[in-house]
Amino acid sequence: MIDQLNPNSRRDRFGSKINRSHSPLLAFATPWLMIMVGSYLPVLPMVAGYPYVPPLGYLLLLSWRMIRPGVLPLWAGIPLGLVDDLFSGQPFGSAVLLWSLSLLAIEGLEERFPWRGFMEDWVTAAVLVTLTLAFGAVFAGTGGLDDRLPLIAPQVLLSMLLFPMIGRMVARFDRLRLLRIRTID
Amino acid sequence: MAPPTTRRSGFSRRAQYGVFTGYVLAGSGALVGAILLGISLVHPSAFAGLRSSASDVTEPVAQATAAGRTERQGLIETVSAYIAAGSKNAELRQELKIARVRLAEARAIRVENDRLKAMLGLVNEDPHPIATARLIGSTASSTRRFAYISAGREQGVLPGMPVRSPTGLVGRVFEAGRHSARVLLLTDSESMVPVRRSTDNVVAFAEGRADGTLRLRLINLGINPIKTGDVFVTSGAGGLFRPGIAVAVVSRTTRDGGIARVLSDPIATSFVVVDPVWHVEAAKLLAAPSPGPTTPAKRAKPKSVPVPTAPAAPAPAPAAQ
Repeated sequence: MIDQLNPNSRRDRFGSKINRSHSPLLAFATPWLMIMVGSYLPVLPMVAGYPYVPPLGYLLLLSWRMIRPGVLPLWAGIPLGLVDDLFSGQPFGSAVLLWSLSLLAIEGLEERFPWRGFMEDWVTAAVLVTLTLAFGAVFAGTGGLDDRLPLIAPQVLLSMLLFPMIGRMVARFDRLRLLRIRTID
Repeated sequence: MAPPTTRRSGFSRRAQYGVFTGYVLAGSGALVGAILLGISLVHPSAFAGLRSSASDVTEPVAQATAAGRTERQGLIETVSAYIAAGSKNAELRQELKIARVRLAEARAIRVENDRLKAMLGLVNEDPHPIATARLIGSTASSTRRFAYISAGREQGVLPGMPVRSPTGLVGRVFEAGRHSARVLLLTDSESMVPVRRSTDNVVAFAEGRADGTLRLRLINLGINPIKTGDVFVTSGAGGLFRPGIAVAVVSRTTRDGGIARVLSDPIATSFVVVDPVWHVEAAKLLAAPSPGPTTPAKRAKPKSVPVPTAPAAPAPAPAAQ
């Protein structure tokens, strides 16, 4: 008598393998779409009198870059930064510059420290978010720097605290990215 | 986490060139960003078209969420109103009694006002609003304070027009798209509004501090006459805002002025009105034939109006109306 096959042999964690395969569109578009939507989201919840909403687009960019290296090319800061500049209210070009530099910085860091853990990534993200928000505030306008830099402190703190949660969310969406979809070969 | 193996190009020329091109592109991206940033710092309105079309595209989404936001706030207010309802009721009745008396007095004053104005031959007309719109969003993650409204060029909204809510001035239109516009809020660090104290002619500039408050800078320096609780209204100098719109209430005094809270807090505002630019209306008003003695010629001249898209720099007119 023939034994029954392992019931999980035709499945992996992305779904059944029979007649189903990864969708290139989903696999490539998910991170880009998510970051663009993240850039737009801070506009929506309320009309704020105070800049406290974390820069979601930037946090998503960092998360995707750290959780799935290679899914975003090194030059991803250009188009994604352009989209962010359309909605962020910062002077145009500020995100293009800062996001490109951030991606280059992570690349350099990865070259130097190839083996990293959660804490290292969190510290990296915290430093990058602080620098980006500070330079964003510097680019943003006139007036004294001593006035504007304390202004972003709550936002910086919130961003740091939010980063691990956004990381978990990105990990969830990373599984969705490779979901098997019915195909006809 | 393990380093990704895909980045090791090995002996593959193709992979080596790929990695190299990536670095070149990212580096030039940073350069392009720096150039764009330089351009937009010199000409803040340089990419207005791009931004306006982006906000036009996303306007329906923002409109929908804004409606939800208003409902949510209403619900919270309704629930919180039940707490301490009894004492509040008694308090409100007392207030209503006083308010009725005040209303009657105000009516009498208005009649007298109309009579005096008729004697002077002044045409009294509030400017007809250009459009009514919903506040549909703001740049909550940037140190600049912009808001988006759901009316644009198709509704007649143009850059420079004042935006106000029933409780006071909100800001002015900065860039206008087809059916959405970007509003420079009063609290933006580039916003500056000429104001005067509602009770007398203490004139000042209200300058945004990007944290929800305004800094009042007195024009005539000396002894600081401002006291906590003073209300400031637009003075009409500079020609953008019509005089007498409520702006802010002083919460703290400083050596050369004060720190004031904005009266029409954009967080609590859902609908706003876009007014025409004041100096055009004022010129029309004064050009109208009047039987009585005319007003001083100083008011007839529309002052040099700042280019609407540039940061506000109204001519420091010495006196208010």
